Amino acid sequence: MLPFIFQRIFTAIPTLIIVTVMVFSIQRLLPGDPALILAGEEQDPQVIEYIRDKYRLNDPIPVQYFAWLGQVLQGNLGQSIRTNQPVTQLIFQKLPVTIELALISILIAVLISIPVGVISAVRKNSLIDYTGTFFALSGLSIPNFWLGIMLILLISVRWDLLPASGFVPFNEEPLENLKRMIMPAFVLGTGLAAVLMRQMRSSMLEVLKQDYIRTAEAKGLIKHLVVLRHALRNALIPVITILGLQLGGLLSGAVLTEQVFTIPGFGKLVVDAVFNRDYAVVQGVVLFTAAAYIFINLLVDVAYALANPRISFSGGKS
Amino acid sequence: MKKLLFALLALLLIGTGLAQTTVRVGLAEDPDVLDPDLGRTYVGRIVFASLCDKLFDITPGLEIIPQLATGYSTSDDGLSLTINLREGVKFHDGTEFNAEAAKYNIERSKNLPGSNRASELAQVDSVEVVDDYTVQLNLTQPFSPLIALLADRAGMMVSPTAAEAEGENFGNAPVCAGPFKFVERVAQDRIELEKFADYWDAENIMIDGVVFLPIPDSSVRLANLQSGDLEMIERAAATDLATIEADPNLVLPSAASLGYQGITINLSNPEARDNPLSNDVRVREALDLSIDRDVINNVVFDGQFIVGNQAVPPSSPWYVEDYPITGRDVEKAKALLAEAGVENVAFELMVANNPQGVQVGEIIQAMAGEAGFTVSIAATEFATALDLQEQGQYDAFVVGWSGRIDPDGNIHAFQTCEGNLNETGWCDAAVDEALNAARAEADTAARYELYKNAAMSYLPDRHIIYLYHTQLFFPHTNKLEGFNAYPDGIIRFQGVSLN
Repeated sequence: MLPFIFQRIFTAIPTLIIVTVMVFSIQRLLPGDPALILAGEEQDPQVIEYIRDKYRLNDPIPVQYFAWLGQVLQGNLGQSIRTNQPVTQLIFQKLPVTIELALISILIAVLISIPVGVISAVRKNSLIDYTGTFFALSGLSIPNFWLGIMLILLISVRWDLLPASGFVPFNEEPLENLKRMIMPAFVLGTGLAAVLMRQMRSSMLEVLKQDYIRTAEAKGLIKHLVVLRHALRNALIPVITILGLQLGGLLSGAVLTEQVFTIPGFGKLVVDAVFNRDYAVVQGVVLFTAAAYIFINLLVDVAYALANPRISFSGGKS
Repeated sequence: MKKLLFALLALLLIGTGLAQTTVRVGLAEDPDVLDPDLGRTYVGRIVFASLCDKLFDITPGLEIIPQLATGYSTSDDGLSLTINLREGVKFHDGTEFNAEAAKYNIERSKNLPGSNRASELAQVDSVEVVDDYTVQLNLTQPFSPLIALLADRAGMMVSPTAAEAEGENFGNAPVCAGPFKFVERVAQDRIELEKFADYWDAENIMIDGVVFLPIPDSSVRLANLQSGDLEMIERAAATDLATIEADPNLVLPSAASLGYQGITINLSNPEARDNPLSNDVRVREALDLSIDRDVINNVVFDGQFIVGNQAVPPSSPWYVEDYPITGRDVEKAKALLAEAGVENVAFELMVANNPQGVQVGEIIQAMAGEAGFTVSIAATEFATALDLQEQGQYDAFVVGWSGRIDPDGNIHAFQTCEGNLNETGWCDAAVDEALNAARAEADTAARYELYKNAAMSYLPDRHIIYLYHTQLFFPHTNKLEGFNAYPDGIIRFQGVSLN
């Protein structure tokens, strides 16, 4: 397995370089000058010039790029133009927040989608199947920001059950943290649950048609044992793939949810940075996210093997 | 056992009661760097007011009063300003506030690389320590707006010890002499301040701390206030006011802002733009006459803002009564266009890319359309709009100014030929002369005449068509008492208590 992992890491390097070049150039193609934004209302020409000098904005773009790449190779992602904080510090400050949000949403999504998907497949075309499909479709079609605001109005303002927004670190107040995370995680999780549930259902239907399931049933095994022990394990493989892809997506895709619930996570960091033309932060975050995607996909490949030992890493049959 | 339980419960209640005197304020944006010399945002000024006391302050009626100063006098030639300082004031790190500290601060504002205050204090040539609690500012020329500037960020005093030690990182953990000291900042999440025990005016500070939470979405900000997660929010949306007023637990103080919103028209690039709007004052007058300001106010802002036609609101003592709002006159607008020899004037109106900005644009589009203008709306994200404006790549831009205490701050930089914020390209030597003379004039009546003379020149040219003035709303829980809204939009906690 190790050579496989190394090979994957090695092939990831050109991908990452392409990503950095793209982010660097696309950002600079955007209209908007960070010095003008930074100079604030007063637009003092001396201040604007000072900022351009300080952040080397007057240098040609390739020079800026290689200067930045040189820093990155030394483990320094630069400083936020807006707040002066090191980008690495910002990433590690925001990342745990989004990871927590993503993990809770996945937990919610898995808890909803796997049982509903399995039951929908086993009881195909029954009332429970249609109900499951209806909620899955709703989860996919309702926009996150709308659901978020509706939940805030209903649960926080009308019923006063949970705080409306904001964030408290888990290590400071675990209960308060969970109270504030549950609504955004649910909002984020519904979309994912819908995808996973539909995937689980179709994958389960596929597996239930296989010969070995018929054999197991013919041997007189109880239905739920056949489903849980034999069918579920194989049916989970495509679901894990989707989950892996979605986890990467959740890291950057929590953007809207974080905006609505004012959660100081990764998504909010990058959106604010784009609006402020805070180049260093956008570059740092995108590079980090790309690396995270690659790493998560690698983990998914490893997870396949754990779920199904027939998958080999050498490319041949085992 | 029951008694013990009761006592414990009582203790718990008292405990929570005490802990409740922290006021949580929902801000519309995350403030920028917390260094008064580098700060550049309105929202940053709200946080500074709790952290950093200034030499002077204002009353809700815009009167300038001493804060860390106790008084001042200006020399007869207007070239030196002597400021007496308050004794017994300490910075949050224990450093004593005195004339040396004040001198250090003025010099830092002038000399810190990238200082946004340097241009405000450009007329200050040198600072002398007269005695322990008196400083003298020597000016290159008389400059009346100086005291008003010292009642804003240029007058905020930071601890020289901390500023020296931290250098350009001072803003990450600011140390000043205000009622609250800095505890922690988590970017985009919160800024926590706690009461400063040695504050010189401690008896007027009745809350234990303040937490500022940036919540950009106005409905979410309001939802937090309604659910009790915040005690106060700033910049409530005008369209939410009915909801706030209907909520028995909320109070809605407000103040007319010092700033304005208007249409800035590009005159500086006439060949490239080749637009009668840039080339002919009659066309601009026609555009002005086609607009009904009350309709904009009623439709977009629920009638809560104040319509205007000058750089200062009609309630300001600096408003020129001789130049009143004329109201809408479509026939006259058409006649002016005919006189200018144009039938249909097409131009692009750049607006902020948010629902209210677009709505204002659409109303102008519809009203100007009736007079013979074809307005296309370009809803543009802020950073892009700034860039296009800087490059002169726009016809007209609906944009505003947050406003300053002294009228100079609303007018000089926009209307003088070389002004930093002169984005229109308008230039008139006589107006420059009047506005420069107004800066040097100490007598209020004489200053008013100078501003009036200048206004009677630049207003009819309509390179900025002033439209309305924002009303600032600070809805808060009715448990909060003693709060006053100020026209500079700054939240001050002196005299505020939380039950």
